[in-house]
Amino acid sequence: MLQNYSGRPTPLYYAKRLSDKWDGAKIYLKREDLNHTGAHKINNCLGQALLASRMNKKRIIAETGAGQHGVAVATVCCLFGMNCTVYMGSEDMVRQAPNVDRMKLLKAEVIPVTSGTGTLKDATNEAIRDWVTNIENTHYIIGSTVGPHPYPLMVRDFQSVIGREARSQMLEFEDCLPDAVVACVGGGSNSLGMFHDFVNDIGVCLYGVESAGEGLATENHAATLNKGKPGILHGSLSYLLQTADGQILPTHSIAAGLDYPGVGPEHSAFKDSGRVKYESISDSEALKAFIELSETEGIIPALESSFALAFAKKLAGSMNPSENILICLSGRGDKDLANENVARLINQRTQTRERTTDVHNIKNICRLHTNRPESLDALSDLGLSGSGNFC
Amino acid sequence: MPFLTSGYPDQETFVKLLYEVEANGADLVEIGIPFSDPMADGKTIQAASREALNNGMTVRKTLEMIKSMPRKLTIPIILMSYLNPIFNYGLRDFCRHASDVGVSGLIVPDVIPDEGRELERVAEVFGIDVVYLLAPTSSTERIHMILNQSRGFVYLVSLAGVTGARDSLPLALNQWIQAIKEQSQLPVCVGFGISNVSQAKEIGRSADGIIIGSAIIDIIKKQNSTSQILSAVGEFITAMRKGLSHDSCYYEC
Repeated sequence: MLQNYSGRPTPLYYAKRLSDKWDGAKIYLKREDLNHTGAHKINNCLGQALLASRMNKKRIIAETGAGQHGVAVATVCCLFGMNCTVYMGSEDMVRQAPNVDRMKLLKAEVIPVTSGTGTLKDATNEAIRDWVTNIENTHYIIGSTVGPHPYPLMVRDFQSVIGREARSQMLEFEDCLPDAVVACVGGGSNSLGMFHDFVNDIGVCLYGVESAGEGLATENHAATLNKGKPGILHGSLSYLLQTADGQILPTHSIAAGLDYPGVGPEHSAFKDSGRVKYESISDSEALKAFIELSETEGIIPALESSFALAFAKKLAGSMNPSENILICLSGRGDKDLANENVARLINQRTQTRERTTDVHNIKNICRLHTNRPESLDALSDLGLSGSGNFC
Repeated sequence: MPFLTSGYPDQETFVKLLYEVEANGADLVEIGIPFSDPMADGKTIQAASREALNNGMTVRKTLEMIKSMPRKLTIPIILMSYLNPIFNYGLRDFCRHASDVGVSGLIVPDVIPDEGRELERVAEVFGIDVVYLLAPTSSTERIHMILNQSRGFVYLVSLAGVTGARDSLPLALNQWIQAIKEQSQLPVCVGFGISNVSQAKEIGRSADGIIIGSAIIDIIKKQNSTSQILSAVGEFITAMRKGLSHDSCYYEC
């Protein structure tokens, strides 16, 4: 099923143009975005749907943030002939609108969650409430390495195919293991799936990248491992963003899939043991990386994955071309085009390109008519006053 | 046993409500410490928790509020909290301070008996009973575990679901309560979904106690003034109490 339905193994891609541009280590992308449904989430959903089928459960529920998990769940429900209900924060439904439509097309009932902050943690609360009410016929497919035991382990195991494939692909390509592996961390499923097979490879540095949102110094971030302290949410003990009184804090990330105040307990263990280093990247850095990969390689990454890319860029600069960085490109970015920040950025880029084209045309005109100063005025009208010396 | 959300609808009225339920025949009172993510609660208690949090309620303030009551309650106080606020406060400090202000028992709905040994150990040192929830979906093995590890009483959840007043309860509920009672010496108190006197009467035929939360909060919400709240809740508790045949407090106070 992973092979013929989801399209595994996903390719490992050597991003030459990006590597050249970043002028440091060689960049390899594990193309989880090329999975059916466009993200790594399907790996876990296929596994859990088989489990639900074995348990004879006819109804599936799920929570979703970015909507990638919701789409994957709705997809496997069609495949297995099961009923599907997805809980999604009302705020996330707006910023990930294309995925809401995909879920509806796939017959899923999408229930908006307005309680709390209207994001992933609240959707998770609602899913748990549904689950305890309808447990006789319902299986809850948790999308990340969070929740009560055995979910964190089970989800990691279903996702570990990412790292297993990538490890042997790296050996095939480079005849050696990567020097660094980078993945974004929200709840932590793509990263744990990627890291799992590398944990015992001591020479491989593992980096988990959290969302610093508007900055770690502000309250608007989702950097649980960088800024949280241990606590209990959704049935497990892990780092948690919380107030001094133990209430769960609202989080912020431009990437809905990273907008969660908790994190998988195994990540907390890796933080404490030091095996994985947890870094953070701001919204604006991630957006730059989103554009950069799109323009350089023709690959539109998910905003979530863009956090991993942005950190890898920093890392690559401190490494040399004989070294390799493996990045988990966890999902594709089509879903993010409706995001207002992304749309604004695309607009700006388009305008800049148009302006550059205009400048180019005017330069040609100037060359032909060097004695016509009004051409220079045209340049200055375009806000490029200093451009006169092009002529 | 009435359930009241700590600091709801406001601190002053909450303390008056404690005296009111005591005066109208409550045998115990359960005080819920509000939490931002109350997973086991339905919409009513979610809303009350949110309002209490907006009013600035915390674990510390709850304990201080009980401590500074002008007169100690004569009925036992059971505290309900999700684990994170008390974990954050520190289990040992929490149990010590709760014991200091006269708390008798503790319900932590997101602690399962498999993970509850540390909590039990600390609570026992300070003479606080840890009460576990027993659900209709609990397997035989888990029922044994819960009955073995619960102290004071066992909290039998009437239905598969979250808290919140229901018009009807599962048909075989009494049979199930009876079956549990045969397996344990512990008093069995039934909660979740109970909203009216006839339900209380029905369950009271086999249960040792009933726990009512959302129905009381629904009543509080409908009133316009503190005095109305107190009299409406008082009447409700009186009616409920009359509906139950036995009048002894089964809890070892």
